[in-house]
Amino acid sequence: MTVKDTDMPRQASQLPSSLLVLRNILTFLMRSPTSAFGLIVLGLLIVIAAFAPLIATHDPYAQDLANTLKAPGNGHYFGTDELGRDIFSRLVWGSRISLTIIFLVSIVVGPIGMIVGTTAGYMGGRLDTIMMRITDIFLSFPSLILSLAFVAALGPSLNNAIIAIALTAWPPIARLARAEAMTFRKADYIAAARLQGASDMRIIFKSIMPMCLPSVLIRLTLNMATVILTAAGLGFLGLGAQPPMPEWGAMIATGRRYMIDSWWLVTFPGLAILTVSLAFNLLGDGLRDALDPKQMNRR
Amino acid sequence: MQNAQLRLKSVSSQATTILITLLGLLVLTFVIGRMMPADPVRAIVGEDATRETYEMVYHQLGLDRPIWEQFLRYLGDVLTGDFGTSIRTGQPVMQDILRAMPATIELATFAILIGAGLGIPLGVTAAVNKDKWQDHIIRVFSLFGHSMPIFWTGMIALIVFYAHLGWVGGSGRMEQFYIGMVDERTGFLLIDSLLAGEMDVFWSAVNHLILPASLLGYSSSAYITRMTRSFMLDQLGQEYMTTARVKGLSRGQTIWLHAFGNIRVQLVTIVALAYGSLLEGAVLIETVFAWPGFGQYLTNNLIIGDMNAVMTCVLIVGVIFIVLNLLSDLLYRTFDPRTK
Repeated sequence: MTVKDTDMPRQASQLPSSLLVLRNILTFLMRSPTSAFGLIVLGLLIVIAAFAPLIATHDPYAQDLANTLKAPGNGHYFGTDELGRDIFSRLVWGSRISLTIIFLVSIVVGPIGMIVGTTAGYMGGRLDTIMMRITDIFLSFPSLILSLAFVAALGPSLNNAIIAIALTAWPPIARLARAEAMTFRKADYIAAARLQGASDMRIIFKSIMPMCLPSVLIRLTLNMATVILTAAGLGFLGLGAQPPMPEWGAMIATGRRYMIDSWWLVTFPGLAILTVSLAFNLLGDGLRDALDPKQMNRR
Repeated sequence: MQNAQLRLKSVSSQATTILITLLGLLVLTFVIGRMMPADPVRAIVGEDATRETYEMVYHQLGLDRPIWEQFLRYLGDVLTGDFGTSIRTGQPVMQDILRAMPATIELATFAILIGAGLGIPLGVTAAVNKDKWQDHIIRVFSLFGHSMPIFWTGMIALIVFYAHLGWVGGSGRMEQFYIGMVDERTGFLLIDSLLAGEMDVFWSAVNHLILPASLLGYSSSAYITRMTRSFMLDQLGQEYMTTARVKGLSRGQTIWLHAFGNIRVQLVTIVALAYGSLLEGAVLIETVFAWPGFGQYLTNNLIIGDMNAVMTCVLIVGVIFIVLNLLSDLLYRTFDPRTK
């Protein structure tokens, strides 16, 4: 039940109580081996991305045509690719691209989904119907197919891939925020705020949104595995990050031509994608348990 | 009488919803088509056409008309079944897609059989052994399937099972050698080869189908397992389960006859939805396995910017999703007495 403490937008008590909640959630997560694995992998990912220049053994773009397609070993942990570039260093630098994609998609999708969802849920009526119809249209596509179509329309590049993924990822968030907003709409404290003369806008932003925030954050975490996989899929089809960028999906696409003889070209980038997306899924699974009221009561 | 009226009202409101969603879908595909950077006129007349020819085609395509008029024209075309011509193949887009569809349906059907065959028993086992080691292993196993980049797993599987072990066929729907040996009657290779009595072709097709279908099935089993588990948990917690045990039924009987019997309808709806999302995996796996289906058609046209083809493919996926949603909704209403 401590979770609810974060919902109080009190200036004075906010920091300690939210830190406390965070600590509680972390201890809960670390107790289960699977979500602990997820947490550790993502921590590692952030560290690797932050210290990429120190961890990488080579320049990720430096070609060495005398040493192309070398098997792992001899100073190249994961071998070299068709242009003699060090695959380990490219993976390390590629973690920055993955984190950028996740970060940018989240800061676009979170607010859009929140605003659409809470406005629709709070206002209700015709506005709600119209907004939810639009959401439904977007939801009637698998996310990869819609992103594919958007990238095709915008032209292939990393930025456009991020825009396309964001365009397809907000509807589930909006749906969730709407459902939450509808449960709070009738609450007494909202009626009190309205009687004090607060405008609809103020109520939505100051009273409804903070209440929806925790569940939206969980949903965003759960979405990240999908975001990673969609971005990699776009990169693989040549519609996301373009070579020579060390994006993991694009690395697999170029390595595909050599995969029968040089297995390491596709194996390591794929393992990187798999590990990160598995980590997000395990973490999301753990978070869902950690914040599930049924589970909380049982303990 | 009143009941019938209520049902009629709910059916008509659902019909309006579907019509609005379809219209929205058309707006969306139209916008995507208009945003595409490829110049549709250039694609038709070629690089070295004269200015007059360019202007003429530009006018013929109606691109000089206001945007809403262009949309109405697109709407009219779609309603009369005219989806335009593919620039790449020169054939009507619909004809191309209809030719590619059976390959994808064959793949997706096998995949869903594998996915449901794997996911449902795993979900039941996980629910019955909640929080025990079986539950944890099944959870990691299914999340693994959900986390793997399917295009990569496809390649690794090709390296291992085709290049090294030689257990299965490589890319394509059958050995090069057999191509053209069987008449296309239904487009479904397995059926066509059986009709023609060509058992060699049939086994070659099975051999090529098994790997991509298993991978797709495994990735879709994650969702099926999770939902089966949670449906089962709901049932197992009910008091009638205890009653059934007290009556003297065995544990297996209560689980499979009572609890599982009650979740069958829900499961059908879940499997229907999972079938739709297989299309997503199909786009990637068809590229890896050179599978001449809908997904490959879509990606090939995306890369060269063939507007008509892309718009129609996106539209079709949207329609398939709406239909599947509707079907699962209808199933639910028909079989679940509480919704009456």
